[in-house]
Amino acid sequence: MLARRNPQLNRHGELIHLLSTEGLPRDMLTHILDTAAQFVGVSEREVKKVPLLRGKSVFNLFFENSTRTRTTFDIAATRLSADVYTLDIARSSTAKGESLLDTVANLSAMAADIFVVRHSESGAPYLLSQHVAPHVHVVNAGDGRHAHPTQGLLDMYTIRHYKKDFSNLVVAIVGDVLHSRVARSDIHALTTLGAAEVRVVGPRTLVPGDFGPMGVRVCHTLEEGIRDADVVIMLRLQNERMSGALLPSSQEFFQSFGLTPERLRWAKPDAIVMHPGPINRGVEIDSQVVDGRQSVILPQVTFGIAVRMAVLSIVAGNEA
Amino acid sequence: MSSTHGSALALDAEALYAELLRAVRPLLTADTRLVGIVSGGQWLARRMQRDLGLPGEAGAISSAMHRDDYAKRGLAASGQTALPFEIDGADILLLDDVLYTGRTIRAVVNELFDYGRPARVRLAVLVDRGGRQLPVAAEVAAARLTLPAAQSLRLARGDDDAFSFSITHKE
Repeated sequence: MLARRNPQLNRHGELIHLLSTEGLPRDMLTHILDTAAQFVGVSEREVKKVPLLRGKSVFNLFFENSTRTRTTFDIAATRLSADVYTLDIARSSTAKGESLLDTVANLSAMAADIFVVRHSESGAPYLLSQHVAPHVHVVNAGDGRHAHPTQGLLDMYTIRHYKKDFSNLVVAIVGDVLHSRVARSDIHALTTLGAAEVRVVGPRTLVPGDFGPMGVRVCHTLEEGIRDADVVIMLRLQNERMSGALLPSSQEFFQSFGLTPERLRWAKPDAIVMHPGPINRGVEIDSQVVDGRQSVILPQVTFGIAVRMAVLSIVAGNEA
Repeated sequence: MSSTHGSALALDAEALYAELLRAVRPLLTADTRLVGIVSGGQWLARRMQRDLGLPGEAGAISSAMHRDDYAKRGLAASGQTALPFEIDGADILLLDDVLYTGRTIRAVVNELFDYGRPARVRLAVLVDRGGRQLPVAAEVAAARLTLPAAQSLRLARGDDDAFSFSITHKE
């Protein structure tokens, strides 16, 4: 039987949509990171713009709130000279009952070239990618609990920038792993890129034992989880989860899993601390760590623009 | 300068480099900065910077961001532009291994202007192989010849930094 083709790749193995870091071959991930490296310098030029997407239209479809991701996609597309349209979907047609596919069909009629999609339903970007014309590309900006591939890629870019090579790295992902699409995208990318050990760290309610099959080590104490780690990725504790029975309180979480300067000493002395944002100071991470010398949280944001420029320009150059 | 119509196999890259070095020397002014086009021209510029005894590092420039065949060929991850000097008012000497259609030169001139406004831009190449599709000319070419479109000519560099030409036949 023929293996089912990865829906993100065309028959030449080129990237046409970015839906997930899962299933992307290692050389594709490396190609995206290498391409991003070329774009990092663009923001330091006198003319902070390159013409690769001149005449192309990028539609930001955010069915779920976002500030950082939407803004950095906006900047990335603008620096590539695309025309960028950001739709406030939550307050427009969808609120009036239009279906996702109808919304996209209408926008396609306005000659869109790329859709950047965030949706609370896992799989929504995949659904769109199956219904767009061959020259139209879909980039997932976060879908449900499933994936947030550009965040995963910018995390890989940041790790590679500071640590050069993945093969000897111990990476700990701490917090609400269960609900985190960032964690999933990071885990797939890290295992593909050959990180020595990936650990997921948190209470049993947020880090179930069944993460083991993803090729990670499950740790239920912070000390075990970040001991001798090279990279500590703190996840946002999503306040909306507090209402359920998963966590007694955010204070209690901080007592057991909050990253303080003292606890960070369990990790390697040159360990870097990352966070996808938005950060909750004093909930999952202490202010002193956020602002400390090991924090690379703001460089992550800067690299995120270059990584998104790389993804947009790579998919736009390929046809289905 | 040699002018040949015919086989590229006779091209001795090292001899052409020596010829180019001689021809470039009188073009230099106090404000001249060497900028090599990634990747063959970049090797050329680095070596020439050393052989001419110029201070500092040669620049490197990539055509990737301004290529006109991006829609057809997609984006290649290649070497990056690195210009470790002020572009405004500089006298730029672009260096490349082979001058062909002129499209790469168009792209790198655009790239250069993203960094500032040079006083002058000139071009020196090892081989001008004809076949221009844009109004572009080299100030200096160590060899001028005509090659059939099916042949692809590019500079290669050995472990000892020595140059040679590789010729491939496109299908």
